[in-house]
Amino acid sequence: MEFVQLGLGRWLHITAGVMWIGLLYYFNFVNAAAAKAAAEDGTAAGIARHVMPRALFFFRWASVVTWLAGAMLLGSHFLDAFLFRQHAYIPIGVGAWLGTIMLLNVWGIISPKQKRILGLVPASDEEKARARRVAFLASRVNTALSLPLLFFMAASGGQFRTAIF
Amino acid sequence: MKNPLDSLWGTVIAGLVLTAVLYAIVKTAMGG
Repeated sequence: MEFVQLGLGRWLHITAGVMWIGLLYYFNFVNAAAAKAAAEDGTAAGIARHVMPRALFFFRWASVVTWLAGAMLLGSHFLDAFLFRQHAYIPIGVGAWLGTIMLLNVWGIISPKQKRILGLVPASDEEKARARRVAFLASRVNTALSLPLLFFMAASGGQFRTAIF
Repeated sequence: MKNPLDSLWGTVIAGLVLTAVLYAIVKTAMGG
C-alpha cells in the first residue's frame, strides 16, 4: 500500500506535473509569440485548428491527474497540509494551495475562454477578443504561480524536509 | 502603469518576488 501511495503516487504526481507545467510553459514561452507571428503572416489557422485543441486537452487533464496524485501522496496528512495544522506541513501546504488555485484557474477560466477563442463554443468577435485577453492573463498568472509552486514542492523534500509524505 | 504580466520577463520576475515573499512567510511561520 505504501508503495502505491508514496512510490507510484509520487511518480504519477511528478510525471503528470511535468506535462501540465511543461504545456503551461509551452503556451507562455513559445506559443504566445508564435501565434502573434503566425497571425501576421496568415498561418495562425493551423495552430488554432491542429495544435491548440490537442495541447489544451492534455493540459487540462494533466492538471487533474497531478492534483489527484498529490492528494493521494498527502493521504491522511491532506488536511494537515491544507489547513496548516502542523508546522511540518506548512511548506507543502503552501505548494498544495498554489497548485489548487492553478487547477481552478485552468478549469474555471483558461479552458472555457480557450474554447471560445478556438470556436469550440460559439462566440462573437467581441467575446473572442475579451476571452483572448482574460485567458492570456490567467495563463500568465499561472506561470508566475508555478515558480513558488515548484519551489515549495522541491523545498518540502529538501530544505524544509520535516514531514513524511 | 503597464501590467507586468503582459511581458514574459515581468511574469517571471513577479513569480520570483512571490517565491521570496512566501519563503520569508513560511520560514517565519516555522520558527525561523
